[in-house]
Amino acid sequence: MSEIDDLLRRAKSGDRRSLSRLMTEISESKTIPEFHSKSIWTLGVTGPPGSGKSTLIGRLTKYWSDMGESVAVLALDPTSPVSGGSFLADRIRMEGTDMGENVFVRSIASGNSPGGISPRIWPMCHALSLCGWSRIIVETVGTGQSEFRIAALAERLLLVDGPDRGDIIQAEKAGILELADIIAVNKSDLPGASLAAQSIRTSLNLSDDDSREVLLVSALGGTGIETLASKIESCEPQRGRNELIMRELLISEWDSILLSHPEIDDVIQKLCDNSITIVEAIKSLRTSFQNGG
Amino acid sequence: MRVVIAKPGLDGHDRGAKVIARALRDGGHDVIYTGLRKTPSDIVRIVNDEDAEVLGLSTLSGAHDSLIPKICDGLRDGKLGGVIVFAGGIIPDRDLELLYNSGVRAVFGPGTPTSDVLGFLEEAMQRKQNNDPIGVGDDLGWHWN
Repeated sequence: MSEIDDLLRRAKSGDRRSLSRLMTEISESKTIPEFHSKSIWTLGVTGPPGSGKSTLIGRLTKYWSDMGESVAVLALDPTSPVSGGSFLADRIRMEGTDMGENVFVRSIASGNSPGGISPRIWPMCHALSLCGWSRIIVETVGTGQSEFRIAALAERLLLVDGPDRGDIIQAEKAGILELADIIAVNKSDLPGASLAAQSIRTSLNLSDDDSREVLLVSALGGTGIETLASKIESCEPQRGRNELIMRELLISEWDSILLSHPEIDDVIQKLCDNSITIVEAIKSLRTSFQNGG
Repeated sequence: MRVVIAKPGLDGHDRGAKVIARALRDGGHDVIYTGLRKTPSDIVRIVNDEDAEVLGLSTLSGAHDSLIPKICDGLRDGKLGGVIVFAGGIIPDRDLELLYNSGVRAVFGPGTPTSDVLGFLEEAMQRKQNNDPIGVGDDLGWHWN
């Protein structure tokens, strides 16, 4: 029995140390392990920095754990491109998440896995589900394509915006708005929140068949959390969602294969020297794939 | 290394903890900061769930002599004896022996250059690779200062 299977077996029996080791193994192993849980329940949460995602997740976590669910949170933060280190501070905002045995929070630096973290998140979620975690939340900063793509792998996607930003309209350019199932405007205790919600509604109304709701919540004051939780519970995955997930999955696996290609550094160097063009670079990488590279 | 920086007990000041967190990040480590006012059992659970190799405890309230040994015991009981523990904050010299005897491997007071903390982690990593005692559950004896 491989180490990962052994860890999974012990984690399933309730050993929290093994569960934690299992998450590390999945994120660091050379080959990506495959798990499949039929009863998986996942929620992706994304949105601009400072919109209150972690605080809101803390509220939802508390709500669900009070209802008897076991809640696991995977919180992704970027790795510093300069030092290779990271400061993972999502936990601080998640008041109440350090309270019980039925809440598990793992902070993840996006840059530590061979080929990027993205293809590892899905097996992590399935492993958590196999171990009995009934609510699995993946949090990413929605600032770039690759980050929100990770959250988009979840079965349902919650997009969080603040009242004063209008960032979500910016986010529309990146396609986040299309993928979101539920949109929450946080900090409803601050002026401007209803206006922000209204402008998002207007934007959604531009297409006739869009019935998605924009909810006002305050993670700080705890208002609107119950409604939000029940909307998340009852949300029907959007039409074509599965195709979207599969598409994102394919793209992230593809990226991963590319990034772990043995010749990639060499090819990038050649591009810097202007000794080959992008088209030639792709051609050379593809040729060595076909040769089993 | 994956490092948890924690604030045990009823102590509302975390500038020191944040300075250390930043310095370790800039030194290439993955740093998880717990936020204020965690109980010993919270901290043990966080170290477990984050699968951290190192735990840094910052206290300024004077409760280090009761909280830190409790955390070290909790780590050993939770099969986390391999975790490397260091402490910082306002800790009088007369309490150092007690902390070392609990399994703490370094204590950093006010005015410590952040490079010292990075130096400690480097040596700790080296000791771990060589299988020399360094974790909170390993043989006592060696400490940084």
